[in-house]
Amino acid sequence: MSGAVVAASGLTRTFTRRTGALRGRWTTTAVEGISFTVAPGETVGYIGANGAGKSTTIKMITGILVPSAGTVRTLGHEPVAQRTSLARRLGVVFGQRSQLWWDLPLEESFRLLAAIHRLPPARWRPRHDELVASLELEGFLARPVRQLSLGERMRGEVAAALLHRPDLVVLDEPTVGLDVLSKERLRTFLRADVARRGATLLLATHDMDDVRRLCERLLVVDRGRLVYDGDIPGLVARVGARRVLVVDLERPVPPLTDVPHADLVAVEAGGVRQRLAFSPERTTAAAVLATVAGRAPVRDLSVEEPDIEDVVRRLYLASGR
Amino acid sequence: MDASCSGDRVGAVAAYRTVLASRLRSQLQYRTSFALYVLTSVVTALAGFAEVLTVFHNVPVLGDLDLRAALLVYGLSTFGFGIANCVAGQLDTIPTYIRTGTLETMLVRPQPVLAQIVTSDVTLRRFGVGLVGVVTLVVALAANPVHWTPARAGLLLVTPLSGALLFAALFTAAGALQFWLVDASEVTSSFTYGAQYASQFSAAVFPVPLRLLLVTAVPAAFVAYLPAAAVLGLTGPRWAPGRLGWGTPVVAVAACLAALALWRLGVRHYTGAGG
Repeated sequence: MSGAVVAASGLTRTFTRRTGALRGRWTTTAVEGISFTVAPGETVGYIGANGAGKSTTIKMITGILVPSAGTVRTLGHEPVAQRTSLARRLGVVFGQRSQLWWDLPLEESFRLLAAIHRLPPARWRPRHDELVASLELEGFLARPVRQLSLGERMRGEVAAALLHRPDLVVLDEPTVGLDVLSKERLRTFLRADVARRGATLLLATHDMDDVRRLCERLLVVDRGRLVYDGDIPGLVARVGARRVLVVDLERPVPPLTDVPHADLVAVEAGGVRQRLAFSPERTTAAAVLATVAGRAPVRDLSVEEPDIEDVVRRLYLASGR
Repeated sequence: MDASCSGDRVGAVAAYRTVLASRLRSQLQYRTSFALYVLTSVVTALAGFAEVLTVFHNVPVLGDLDLRAALLVYGLSTFGFGIANCVAGQLDTIPTYIRTGTLETMLVRPQPVLAQIVTSDVTLRRFGVGLVGVVTLVVALAANPVHWTPARAGLLLVTPLSGALLFAALFTAAGALQFWLVDASEVTSSFTYGAQYASQFSAAVFPVPLRLLLVTAVPAAFVAYLPAAAVLGLTGPRWAPGRLGWGTPVVAVAACLAALALWRLGVRHYTGAGG
């Protein structure tokens, strides 16, 4: 396969709603002029608050909605016009809705999806067994979907979306409502499966841990516009978020207020522990540490990374929200 | 990975067959509830049958049909409706599919949405209605003095199928309209179920404007009355002559094509591709 997996250019979507009989028309712009490309094998997090335009973008990429303006090509396809042939290479999980047959055993849903994707048994059986093993579905394969817990159902949904070995995996809020352990298991599996197959992952979420664990690249959308496209360190630098060096010293020292390019944010335990904030683009943790070590022997240290949620909040503030 | 080489894929028909077989199996799994459903639909159809009997208990002829001919019309209509209701009856749940997002999951699968709705939700239990239709039809054929010709026999054979296609077209068209209307399945149901009711009677009992509607936009007269009139050699009322009955299969196919076109527009409207 050559070229981009997703190529969006000036992607825009407006919704017109007629309000009542009085010819009132209400136009809202859900997505406005979004452009980005995703290369094969990339793992991309698509971040934004509720109503920021995440789902609308996903729908235009997957062939559910036509853009009002601009273009998008997915796996070389015109998504809506070539919907069925795109669907063969696309695996989608909508966290909020099920693609399984609620009244049938989970196993039967897999069989039906294999048929819908027109996969011969020789092609889907091995994949099925692999998914059952790695997502640990064995225990509830025979149970009707409506009797599954949310965690079990989500694992089933993910397996269902990956059964046909899609080149592009699109996940819309896949971990919503899951407990910490289930989330982590699902992420570990997704990471491994996508990497091993060389597939591309597009993950819309507002769970920052999803992004941290799964995505190398971040797209941040705010009120329909793309406000950031890059990696996590880049985002941190962009909003000027700072890392914090925490040093535990052998003996109490006066507050370290004069370390170059670093600000003292806290002094604890009578001066034994001190916290110094610094911007990664202006100095390094090593340089700050060297200065500190010159004053007193350092017994222990740690570096606190900026909280991504906080970083995105800053980004929103910067874009005038 | 490109899997489009033909040896690597199961045929389209086999794909539908797998889904259908699975749906039917699962419905037969709960025997008691299945039997109850069938019984309910048989009772409903019998109520309609009783209505016809009651009418003819009071009048010897309604429109241009006597009881025997009326039973033939009722049998054809109910048989056709029974088939269509199994296959396409669930199209009136489109508003639910839209609201719950099921439609979107269908849009990201490699099959046409209409085919997915039809195959993934065939409801066998609804055939109780058709069963009453078949029995009525057999009784009516024995009772009516038909002057059989090969053409008449042929027309009679294709009529239940044509009727089913006509009703399926109405269900599809009504379903397609849901893409524009918001939660208006009651409105469109009045067309589908209204057409079903109208198809059980002679076109002669309706005033001319309604009669015209039933041979054109909502071609319910072609479901049973017109083909029955053609088979029995009836002249038929003004604007709905019995000869029209010979056109039944053509009208059925045309109605299906029109309904499919409307469906396509509806899906395009939903995706915002125009229409």
